[in-house]
Amino acid sequence: MDYTIKIGGEAGQGIQTIGDTLSKVFSRSGYHVFTHQDYESRVRGGHNFFQIRISDQPVMSSRRVVDILVAMDKESITYHEKELSDTGQIVYDASALHEKHDKPYFLDVPFVDLALEKGGNKIMANTVAVGAVLGMLGMDLDILLNIIKSTFKKKGKQVIDANIATARQGHAFAVKECVQCSFSAASKGESKMLITGNDAIGFGAVASGCRFYSAYPMTPSTGIMNYIAGKEKEYGILVEQAEDEIAAINMALGASFAGARAMTGTSGGGFALMIEGLSLAAITEIPVVIALAMRPGPATGLPTRTEQGELLLTLHAGHGEFPRVIFAPGTPEQAFYLTNKAFDLAEKYQIPAVILTDQYLADSQWTYNGFDYGILKQDDYRLRGDAFKDLAEYKRYAFTDSGVTPLGIPGDAEHLVVTDSDEHDEEGHIIEDGATRNRMVDKRVFKKLPAIQQEIEPPTLYGDTEADVIIAGWGSQYGILKEAVDVLSLDRKIAMLHFSEVYPLPVRDSFDYLDLLTRAKKTFCVENNATGQFARLIKAEAGFTFSAQILKYDGRPFLLEELTGALHEQTRGL
Amino acid sequence: MSRLEDYKGQVPAWCPGCGNFSILKTLKDALVVVGLEPHAITIVSGIGQAAKLPHYTRCNTFNGLHGRALPVATGIRLANHDMPVIVTTGDGDCYGEGGNHLVHAMRRNINISLFVHDNQIYGLTKGQASPTSMEGIKTKNQPLGVFSEQLNPIALAIALDCSFVARGFTGEGVHLKELMKTAVQHRGFSLVDILQPCVTFNKINTYEWYKQRVYPLEAEYNPENRIEAFERSLEWGDRIPLGILYRNNRPVYEERIPIIADTPLVRQSFDVSKIPAIEKEFF
Repeated sequence: MDYTIKIGGEAGQGIQTIGDTLSKVFSRSGYHVFTHQDYESRVRGGHNFFQIRISDQPVMSSRRVVDILVAMDKESITYHEKELSDTGQIVYDASALHEKHDKPYFLDVPFVDLALEKGGNKIMANTVAVGAVLGMLGMDLDILLNIIKSTFKKKGKQVIDANIATARQGHAFAVKECVQCSFSAASKGESKMLITGNDAIGFGAVASGCRFYSAYPMTPSTGIMNYIAGKEKEYGILVEQAEDEIAAINMALGASFAGARAMTGTSGGGFALMIEGLSLAAITEIPVVIALAMRPGPATGLPTRTEQGELLLTLHAGHGEFPRVIFAPGTPEQAFYLTNKAFDLAEKYQIPAVILTDQYLADSQWTYNGFDYGILKQDDYRLRGDAFKDLAEYKRYAFTDSGVTPLGIPGDAEHLVVTDSDEHDEEGHIIEDGATRNRMVDKRVFKKLPAIQQEIEPPTLYGDTEADVIIAGWGSQYGILKEAVDVLSLDRKIAMLHFSEVYPLPVRDSFDYLDLLTRAKKTFCVENNATGQFARLIKAEAGFTFSAQILKYDGRPFLLEELTGALHEQTRGL
Repeated sequence: MSRLEDYKGQVPAWCPGCGNFSILKTLKDALVVVGLEPHAITIVSGIGQAAKLPHYTRCNTFNGLHGRALPVATGIRLANHDMPVIVTTGDGDCYGEGGNHLVHAMRRNINISLFVHDNQIYGLTKGQASPTSMEGIKTKNQPLGVFSEQLNPIALAIALDCSFVARGFTGEGVHLKELMKTAVQHRGFSLVDILQPCVTFNKINTYEWYKQRVYPLEAEYNPENRIEAFERSLEWGDRIPLGILYRNNRPVYEERIPIIADTPLVRQSFDVSKIPAIEKEFF
């Protein structure tokens, strides 16, 4: 069983509400769910869609073929009718769209009339649609009714009852009228966790003891700020909406200097403004975590769409030379753990750590059975209270073997914490002499780097360990690459090599991924950008050149058939 | 309690005769009078001659980027509101590069004392016009004269309902010390614009120029009347008023945030046992 449900309509029509509700019903029914969103940069109108894939097997990418199309506007039919599978159905409201379709795969459900009939209002047409889809799939309404009860708890009994009645209307109508429906999706078992990339980063930050988050809203990173702000009171995290991204990163650095774990988040344009602050974090050796959710540029680009266009920007961002770590999670689960690791490494080595995602991962929902908290790290590397007081002497930038000087909490002891954006001496005061400059660069760069490099995990290998064909990628490409291997491994020796810790590149002691690449007959680097930035990074850092690249830069993620088609074409005879 | 020698720092690299020397000395005096110890305060600065000040005293210091002292100071205050935070800055750093941050810091009314060394010229970059340079003055970079109108920080601050707005002059040390002391003790955001001659690059706004014009606000002046304060803030030219031009009791930003009402953020520890409850929300 592997169904794709697409809900299309204008912004403001409740497409996301329908999609979120259905996804929740499916994940609570025990199914594996993968969703992705495609929306325009507008609050009303246009054409948006929400795509859900459900299966009894793990799913982690979107397919081109649609099984149920919920058409809330005419464009949904115009654009997506051709995507329908052989057994697919389009469910729509002929009277609301003012057009009637007679083809057998159209199911006319009067969403609006059914909602009004049971004392509901026009908005409840969405609830009718959700009920209808569940009816078409042969699922019952128990889980949906529970969701309705908790969603509208604050709105009172009348609203709950009306929604329940309208959901029943849609469900009963579809069960009776959809004679063509051949779907079967009864409840599957234990409820699963359903989480987006953005929420996973927010959750990861909260679980890592983040105390301060300052940001300026920017799609597609805003979800992280929304999530953390929602936890502000309960978990004691201060969220400050800064006047701009320059202020956002400087506030985070101020808070971190004062002793609070601090983070900021943004997208490309905002990150461009933060770059001077990134450089400040480097010379002052103040820990900071930055979530960068990419969208297509240059400049404003396609603000609500996806691209992996800022890897090399992130790598080179900031004037001057300094170490950093860049993580590029491929799944919400990786985003959760890597956010924790970003905090840990930022605090441990007093460096900036960047979590690089994109709109595709930020907004996509995945299902899990749960995360493992046991492996999270919350070590406090700061010098606080008595530990700071008990020191005979303290110099903020004292030279050490590791290059790391413990960061004292200003005010906790009589020792002074002096930090400076100028090159400085061990105490933190401005210097001009070359010898001290050299030692400080050695401290920040050369002493820390080897230790940081040892912390980086090797890429994930999935598929044939003696593969002829290797498809490599980073960040949000994880799901699509893995599923492509599943599809293509039937008639060739193929494997996925996925990097979620992209800089510094992992050492090869435990897994010589370069050797694997070198031995393969054909190697592909698959990226959601125009110039193959990861392939360039691998070439520059490891000297390896991929034999081919598959790139997509129209602002949309790869669909499974699209990638497997291209790979199939290019690996004939292998 | 603290003593003046506690605040002895490095030898300043300012030009001989610079007004900054007097600001540095006055600030130290004011801190001793208030009774603050070096380890119990943080001075934040950006870039410019004024921004070097924390190196010439002794205390917790964050000498950051040009124009960015206020966001850093805001972050420090939000993380630890037990820590008094002073920002030393110049007219270029604060009114030019950091203008946006100034506007929003005043809106927030975060408890920071902002001391602007206002010499109406760029010193560190050697003599270009600053936002407070008077219209018409000629510099190397503005050989035809400055066309933009002179920024009036006092009027700007009053327009934004800044909770403490004052003007001092380096030639009036005792008066300036009192202003600094009152500003540090003020609850909320305080701006003290300090007229300070640049002996090297500003040949117009000299000690003599200021001396002839400045006068202290009369004893009966009421700084709580915003409209009168605004009127007075427009006075510049033949006569320049010194003193507290405006003040109010707006709520302080940090005090409005419930999560730090009891304990500063930096002393709140994280309870790991709370994590599983968060995960439940995703099921």
